[in-house]
Amino acid sequence: MTESPEPAASAASPEPRPAPMLPTDRWRLADSLLWLAPVVAYVGFPHHRVLGSQVIITAVFALSLDLVLGYAGIVSLGHAAFFGLGAYTAALLAVHGWGEPLTGLVCAGAIAAVAGYATSFLVVRGRALAQLMITLGVGLLFLEAATKAAVVTGGIDGLPDVPMWRVLGLFRFDIAGNTAYVYSLVVAFGAFLVIKRIIHSPFGLSLRAIREGARRMPALGAPVGRRLVAAFTIGAGLAGVAGGLLAQTTQFVGLDVLDFQRSAAVTIMVSLGGTGRLYGAFVGAGLFMLMQDYLARQSPEYWQLWIGLLLVAVVLFARGGVLGGFDAVRAWLARRPR
Amino acid sequence: MVAAFLSVLFDGVAYGSLLFVISVGMSVTMGLMSFINLAHGAFAMFGGYVAIALMKRAGVPFAATLPAVMIAMALAGAVAERSLYRWVSRTRPLDQVLFTIGLAFIATASATYVWGPSQQNIALPAVLTGQVHVGGLDLGAYRLFLIAVVVVITAVLHALVARTRFGAQLRAAVDNPHAAAGLGIPVDRVFTISFALGSGLAGLGGALGIDVLGLDPTFPFKFMVYFLVVVVVGGEGSILGSAAAAVALGVFDVVGKYYIPSVGGFLIYGLMVVLLLVFPHGLFRIRK
Repeated sequence: MTESPEPAASAASPEPRPAPMLPTDRWRLADSLLWLAPVVAYVGFPHHRVLGSQVIITAVFALSLDLVLGYAGIVSLGHAAFFGLGAYTAALLAVHGWGEPLTGLVCAGAIAAVAGYATSFLVVRGRALAQLMITLGVGLLFLEAATKAAVVTGGIDGLPDVPMWRVLGLFRFDIAGNTAYVYSLVVAFGAFLVIKRIIHSPFGLSLRAIREGARRMPALGAPVGRRLVAAFTIGAGLAGVAGGLLAQTTQFVGLDVLDFQRSAAVTIMVSLGGTGRLYGAFVGAGLFMLMQDYLARQSPEYWQLWIGLLLVAVVLFARGGVLGGFDAVRAWLARRPR
Repeated sequence: MVAAFLSVLFDGVAYGSLLFVISVGMSVTMGLMSFINLAHGAFAMFGGYVAIALMKRAGVPFAATLPAVMIAMALAGAVAERSLYRWVSRTRPLDQVLFTIGLAFIATASATYVWGPSQQNIALPAVLTGQVHVGGLDLGAYRLFLIAVVVVITAVLHALVARTRFGAQLRAAVDNPHAAAGLGIPVDRVFTISFALGSGLAGLGGALGIDVLGLDPTFPFKFMVYFLVVVVVGGEGSILGSAAAAVALGVFDVVGKYYIPSVGGFLIYGLMVVLLLVFPHGLFRIRK
């Protein structure tokens, strides 16, 4: 029996075609070169290490959304809920006497993953529109909860001066952001390796297949719902790790970690870099954060205008993001007669 | 006790009526094209600002600003539909959402640029201020006026949809745009007209609501969820359904915030999630 093609899905998948066999997980030279960039940035821009650590943390957050949105195809407008949950978990642990960073980060990820697991059942049931609304609603509920529970979260004032212990008992979080940078980079690298392994596994391949045609997958014996729940849970957990990183390195957490703007921004970053491309999250987060840093310094009050213009431009002109643009150019070069 | 409850109830109805006027257009566009316009609140916000500009700068009386605002926003809506929305009307939901959120951000930033970030206030005509005594209850004159206006609008809209040729085309296009187009109904034009009408009504609602909902540049985001809930509960393309849903939502929200203030936004966001779970597929009628 032939499947009736889904017009919406086929019209809107500029992502690369699925590979004919299980993709290789080999480490390439290009990977090494790309990971050299943050190391070079550390050495080359010693005065921008605080900003650098923020970019890295945001990239981890974007990577977590890329797994959910880019690979599993679950659209989310409330991903900041898990980021914020992780941030508050890490900060509250430290405030109440356990300031050890690594275990704090594990707790942040675990709590966010549990929350992600619980909400995933609400999310994976519906189609794109219902998913958008439910994730939006969940995100707003989390923000509302944090606002109301001011006794625990500090409400609008947030939790300032979170007392963090030294990383591994050795490296103190300093004002120049040296420890923050290296610590975030190491965690980001670890997260990257894990996500890379996941998306190149049969499980990751099945996520992409579900994204391309959720109705066909049950015919192949794939438990679509369970796979999506798993992807959403992992994505939520990693978002929690990113949030925990932010709280630990800035030693502050405020309500803005749960903001709708943060959810919108991370979706922009992933779209900007290119969804379902692993490095898209890093490229998008880097571009977005540098733009934000530059433009917000020019005129902080009109930053929203730039986000708006960026969103419109990405949707109109860059459906595959920056990396999608690269691929298009490469394909065009390859097609050209020599 | 009972009197207090009744007047809270009355406030809720007035509040819900406003939500209806603003969101009915969104419900129709969602029903017609499965198009998610999260920037719909921007039309309401600009309607409010235009009304204030007309009254303060040009000295136009309040009664005359309302139709002027409605016409201005309807024109703006038609232009936006033809120029901006056309580009994304057939893309995937995520693109529409990103695009329209982008528009909402741009609207917020432009409003901040032109009118500043602070709350706006409006000088209502003396007739509409103060209280009216009805059967032992003190009711706000302005809220009474609001409800009256909305009842008239609802009646006119319902007649438009149920009785006129345009209404028949609209209903056919909502039910099945492909079949309607096959029968020679100009679905595109029906869409543009309803988009313009919806934007005009949103503008009118924004102007009417300055005193009740408040008006500042964050308006499109602040009320986004409310408009979505109205659309979700009322069912798209249904005038009376949206009206009932909006009034129920208004009452629910106002009564909830009055009697259990600590609950705050929980009720409304929770309501949205629960409703979406109960009707995951039927709400938006995504057609394949």
